Amino acid sequence: MRYAYYTLAFLVVLLVSVMGFRGMKSSRPPIEVFPDMDHQAKYKPQAESKFFADGRADRPIPAGTVPYGRGRGVELEPGHGFDSTTGAFADPAYLRGDDFRYAGKKADGTFARGFPVEVTETLVRRGRNRYMIYCYPCHGALGDGNGITKSYGMLATPSYHDDRIRQMAEGEIFNTITHGKNTMFSYADKLSPDDRWAVVAYVRALQRAHNASIDDVPLAERGGLK
Amino acid sequence: MSKIFPKSANALPLQIVIFLFVLGGVAAAGITYYATPAYLRVGYQPVQPVPFDHSLHAGQLGIDCRYCHASVEKSATSSVPAAQTCMNCHSVIKTTSPLLEVVRESYKTGDPVPWVKIHQAPDYVYFNHSVHVNRGVSCVECHGKVNEMTAVYHAKSHSMSFCLNCHRNPATFIRDPQDVFNLDSKTLAEQGRLADAQKFVHDWKVKPPQSCSGCHR
Ligand code: HEC
Ligand code: HEC
Ligand code: HEC
Ligand code: HEC
Ligand code: HEC
Repeated sequence: MRYAYYTLAFLVVLLVSVMGFRGMKSSRPPIEVFPDMDHQAKYKPQAESKFFADGRADRPIPAGTVPYGRGRGVELEPGHGFDSTTGAFADPAYLRGDDFRYAGKKADGTFARGFPVEVTETLVRRGRNRYMIYCYPCHGALGDGNGITKSYGMLATPSYHDDRIRQMAEGEIFNTITHGKNTMFSYADKLSPDDRWAVVAYVRALQRAHNASIDDVPLAERGGLK
Repeated sequence: MSKIFPKSANALPLQIVIFLFVLGGVAAAGITYYATPAYLRVGYQPVQPVPFDHSLHAGQLGIDCRYCHASVEKSATSSVPAAQTCMNCHSVIKTTSPLLEVVRESYKTGDPVPWVKIHQAPDYVYFNHSVHVNRGVSCVECHGKVNEMTAVYHAKSHSMSFCLNCHRNPATFIRDPQDVFNLDSKTLAEQGRLADAQKFVHDWKVKPPQSCSGCHR
């Protein structure tokens, strides 16, 4: 009987030395104990596909695709392209028909000044939030172009406080975020058009703050500042 | 006639039964230890096509998780970035590094970098990032300290009991919504503000599903 226990103890030691402990690093894919319905015949986002030649389950949208039937019969705001006789309407936000709002341009193709959305505190706060995620690594917290990447070789980042950028039309800043410029790439995939306007508003706030004088501070808040 | 079995054999049936119990106990312990996600998954660290370093990019450079995982707040999946996101910087920084060859190739051809997926919920489980992230549940609760990992590994078990453990008592795991993307932050409970967390759970009607159809839909 003793030998049975010895064998058992030996087996346990063997098992532990082969299997190791929990949490050990390994590059082996995890074993699935009951793989019953773990892998169903469906695609999840960013998954691999054996069907398509390029191996991607996420299909690129063909050029010129127009959304169909969105918002049909639902009137958001009176006059927003709603055709009451057919009950159909073109959602301007989806078709991106408004040049000012979705391209930052006027009808004649030049960059527009001002904002197509109302500039509120919420908008500027949203702008700050997005700025700190997507712009901060290069443009820095103050917008002076001294982000963390400057010390790693990204030398061309300009300062927002140059006259050139202070005079730039809002529409052109919007366009730069959408399409990029020089070494800056497009951020259109990361910032929705409305978020881009929020960021433009925050850039304006940074410029204003950088060139502020004591007169911009309300009397009650000055607290001894001169 | 001589006896076939010695006298000590009388105790044998009992000893065998005891041994079987011990064997059963050891087997049960072995299975709970080894055949559960806590052993099978935790520590999975595949070799990636590019040795991308989170501790450098997210830790040292301080890039926000959403810079690369841009859809995490908005959708169910937390997208892994396309090569263009890397080229935002690497078109200027380390342009000739051999480590980045795959990324440059992907940017040129448009074929994705073949990243190996680490965390994988089974297809019969419904999971959604945005509901969690927008309710004060930080990445660190489910992915560990990614900002300190040179190569990402599976840090938590993602078993059903792991999910339910939090769903049964969310208040102890919730952070201030501003701290969700700061993996070094503390939960409200750890800051001694459990009452605030309970208020948050109440005011925002945070009701994580505990019924089967919540996750198996
Ligand atoms: C500079 C871009 C970048 C940043 C910033 C970044 N990540 Fe990642 N992340 C990646 C890439 C690329 C991958 C895929 C390769 C890998 O797994 O290492 C990845 C993979 C992951 C994975 C594993 C995904 C899987 O396959 O299961 C997790 C989890 C993750 N990141 C979490 C985070 C968290 C949390 C943060 C913020 C602290 C963060 N990431 C910041 C680029 C980034
Ligand atoms: C915000 C800018 C930025 C982004 C975005 C970025 N990186 Fe980096 N990366 C850096 C910096 C800075 C370094 C460090 C360079 C150094 O050490 O001099 C670096 C270093 C690296 C290195 C090591 C290169 C070497 O030769 O040592 C790799 C690999 C790398 N990054 C991969 C990636 C991948 C993959 C992505 C996209 C998911 C990415 N990076 C996105 C800024 C960035
Ligand atoms: C409540 C737990 C939880 C939280 C919080 C969480 N994740 Fe995840 N994450 C998961 C699970 C589960 C998966 C596997 C999903 C799947 O396979 O469908 C996953 C997968 C991922 C992936 C791989 C791509 C994908 O979606 O399958 C990335 C990247 C990722 N997470 C990043 C993050 C980041 C960044 C955060 C914080 C902003 C975060 N996660 C917060 C549980 C979580
Ligand atoms: C650290 C805490 C935590 C962990 C871990 C966690 N959850 Fe949740 N989960 C929550 C909270 C909080 C909510 C509630 C959100 C709400 O009610 O607004 C939630 C909600 C959900 C929902 C409901 C979403 C909806 O659309 O109604 C699902 C599904 C879910 N979780 C699945 C999972 C799965 C699967 C896992 C394990 C991989 C998991 N959760 C792990 C905290 C957590
Ligand atoms: C919070 C989300 C959640 C809820 C609620 C939930 N489950 Fe699960 N369940 C999971 C996850 C995640 C897994 C996958 C675990 C894994 O892969 O290790 C799972 C796996 C399972 C499995 C398969 C186990 C296996 O390894 O094959 C069964 C069976 C199951 N759940 C039944 C139930 C039942 C019955 C209920 C209701 C009492 C329930 N679940 C409620 C998240 C949930």
